Amino acid sequence: MTAPLLSVGNLTKRFGATTACSGISFDLWPGEVLGIVGESGSGKTTLLQCVAGLQSADEGSVAYHLDDGHRIELSTLSEPALRRMQRTEWAFIHQHPHLGLRMNVSAGANIGERLMANQWQHYGNIRSEAEKWLQAVEIDSSRIDDLPSTYSGGMQQRLQIARNLVSKPKLVFMDEPTGGLDVSVQARLLDLIRNLVRKFGLSVVIVTHDLAVARLLSSRLIVMRNGEIIEEGLTDQVLEDPQSAYSQLLVSSILQV
Amino acid sequence: MYVAVKGGEKAIDNAHRLLAETRRGDPEVPELSTEQIREQLTLAVDRVMTEGSLYDRSLASLAIKQARGDIIEAIFLVRACRTTLPRFGYSVPLDTGSMTITRRVSATYKDLPGGQVLGPTFDYTHRLLDHDLEHETEIEEAPVAEPVQGDMPHVLDLLCEEGLMEPPISPGDDPETEPGDITRDPLVFPVDRALRLQSLARGDEGYLLALGYSTQRGFGRNHPFAGEIRLGSVSVEFVPEELGFAIEIGEIDITECEMVTQFKGSKTTPPQFTRGYGLAFGSCERKAMSMAQVDRSLRAEELGEDRVAPAQDEEFVLSHCDNVQATGFVEHLKLPHYVDFQSELELVRRMRREQEETMRGAAE
Amino acid sequence: MSTEPASVPDPGYNFAYLNEQTKKMIRRALLKAIAIPGYQVPFASREMPMPYGWGTGGVQVTASILTPDDVLKVIDQGADDTTNAVSIRKFFRRTAGIATTSDTETATVIQTRHRIPEEPLSESQILVFQVPIPEPLRFLEPRETETRKMHAYEDYGLMHVKLYEDISQNGHIATTYAYPVRVEGRYVMDPSPTPKFDNPKMDNCEALQLFGAGREKRIYALPPYTRVVSLDFEDHPFEIQKWTEKCSLCGADDSFLDEVITDDKGGRMFVCSDTDFCSKRQIGRQEAAE
Repeated sequence: MTAPLLSVGNLTKRFGATTACSGISFDLWPGEVLGIVGESGSGKTTLLQCVAGLQSADEGSVAYHLDDGHRIELSTLSEPALRRMQRTEWAFIHQHPHLGLRMNVSAGANIGERLMANQWQHYGNIRSEAEKWLQAVEIDSSRIDDLPSTYSGGMQQRLQIARNLVSKPKLVFMDEPTGGLDVSVQARLLDLIRNLVRKFGLSVVIVTHDLAVARLLSSRLIVMRNGEIIEEGLTDQVLEDPQSAYSQLLVSSILQV
Repeated sequence: MYVAVKGGEKAIDNAHRLLAETRRGDPEVPELSTEQIREQLTLAVDRVMTEGSLYDRSLASLAIKQARGDIIEAIFLVRACRTTLPRFGYSVPLDTGSMTITRRVSATYKDLPGGQVLGPTFDYTHRLLDHDLEHETEIEEAPVAEPVQGDMPHVLDLLCEEGLMEPPISPGDDPETEPGDITRDPLVFPVDRALRLQSLARGDEGYLLALGYSTQRGFGRNHPFAGEIRLGSVSVEFVPEELGFAIEIGEIDITECEMVTQFKGSKTTPPQFTRGYGLAFGSCERKAMSMAQVDRSLRAEELGEDRVAPAQDEEFVLSHCDNVQATGFVEHLKLPHYVDFQSELELVRRMRREQEETMRGAAE
Repeated sequence: MSTEPASVPDPGYNFAYLNEQTKKMIRRALLKAIAIPGYQVPFASREMPMPYGWGTGGVQVTASILTPDDVLKVIDQGADDTTNAVSIRKFFRRTAGIATTSDTETATVIQTRHRIPEEPLSESQILVFQVPIPEPLRFLEPRETETRKMHAYEDYGLMHVKLYEDISQNGHIATTYAYPVRVEGRYVMDPSPTPKFDNPKMDNCEALQLFGAGREKRIYALPPYTRVVSLDFEDHPFEIQKWTEKCSLCGADDSFLDEVITDDKGGRMFVCSDTDFCSKRQIGRQEAAE
């Protein structure tokens, strides 16, 4: 049996008197898409940021398994090593594209940044790679020199995905990637994400308050409330036969299909 | 035949002569003495001493005269003079609790031990131009109250005794280590509170005023109360190495302000009041108050508050608060930049040419 | 060309204005800077009697390295007689009493703003640059706390983003001065606002090059014979400015030219920005003609 790609153990994060996440543990298997659902304030975004190394946890461990069998404990990683991992092996898709994009440089430069940080030195090659990625996320490559601020919300989100996937990461963290978009735009984006996940065999941890999104993308689901996991299991199981009262409420209130 | 611009040296000499003449103004009008500045423009003198970081009324008065009343230029002169002065050491921390009070007000208590002392303040004057001052005037002697006997306790210490106010040393700072010195070591961010207070103490009054004001208007909300403002003279003590004990080396006038701000507490700390601190040489009340506000707003990170406003951004506030640095860099734009501009000219011409060619190519 | 011999310094000041304690502190920073080429060393910059932004960093570096036997040359925009150069030279004549010259070859210490002399420098010379903003990443990332990390981790992707953006928007790299360089394959450095025309002169230079930023309190250095490479792309290599004109005074076609407007009808001429280089060439041409 293969090892999990990511193992989170007993992770706790506090802000002053409030505890955002308390004793969270889960594994993510290679090629798996794990959904974390819960209402706003349930601690799911904080959890994602701690796991991705964007915030430091107060307690607990986050272990990542490299291809060569080595296991890396996040808290023992030096800052440069963590940064390198965040821009090569990993990717983070923010809910708000402006957090994940450089709004003051062109789309091409946004996609090219990770390449240049990884020693690409040929302008023409960087550019053609950027064009390829624009097409992969269904953006007309003639828009390569335009600023992201001239893009629609859905296009900005797709650009953010291209900027992140260009370095061929293994593990992608997504924080409400379809939040704030119209329903029709959401559907197209979800479809795109699903195809990219399949095409590149990505492992994904996706945080969402939208159970429809979770059902479409994830194979396994964690339900959070007040900083704790209250239920977990295969997505279909959790959605069809929720065990905890809270999950039942969540499912009945949101999933009117 | 063109000859490249020469004679910079002569131009500078002549400019200096013209400057001296302009400074003097109409020779029919008696020359302003530095004693007059020292005695009659005291608030300007105090500001120059504070932001010049040099307590010397005579040098500050001279600087104001030489700078033609340009306060930032005067501060600059004092700072440059300060560089050449030898350093003997550091004084013992001032004991402001034992200062001789000229003014002391608290906005948090109606009455308190030691009482409220209004002192020489513009506060309740009507701002009507007094044309009598156009001529020499006789000044009626002001009545003098009995000097307050004994120490005058700090308002914040009273709160402290009750446990409602954080202790005077903020938790991040180690009381065992000597405070740093921004005039001896470069400022490297993040800085501790001692270095922050030093930077703010020599920071520009107008800049700190605007930042303090912005926190009151909601940019980094920290509604403060003026816990206490006191003005007076305090003795300065110094421990000479050969003696090994403190001796008094003189007295200086200072303004001290302590602001009180509520803090909702954290897991480990119960709700309590927190402080912001301001200190200036002489009578610089506006400066001391603004400084205390900005000191408190810069503690946002330490106290776990959201950092959203300019006044809460340490690197922004401290990197730009020094008016001598600011004025130098803004005014350096007057220096020749021919070479860089030539490079830009060449580039813009080339780009225009290229664009023209592309457009012509497209038209054909 | 003019040279003034050494004289008696103003007794009111220590040699070269700064006290010895301060000079020691600056020399320590200089040694560290030389040991780590291109790395910005924080130093406790003093308040000088000239404004910040007017060369206080360069002046402090020069003051710390001057010896009574030195011959000082000061240039601004390549010229010895621009007002700020005159003012700084005067300052050192007064406080250090050292000999000064406009002759590049004779000078042992050359303080400069915005240019490197056209004449190649030698091992016995030190070039001191006045630097306004030492941080090459500053306009991409304003935070010191962040840029320090980027240097420490060699995280320089952002620097190339800027160059990429230049090419994508303008067809070529549109940075003409303060053009970033990589020093010995490690630190990215701002060569100060010299035109990129001068960048190649920094590479493998025989002279010691010292950079002082007074307001920003940083010192950095290039030891002699250091590899200095201007950043570029393989398919958009670094290139320097070229003029179609020649210098109207000396006929040079390989020096940096200043444009001088001669009337209000579009008349202009081009002359060498390096006045010493130009006047030497003019003398040479006259002699050849005679």
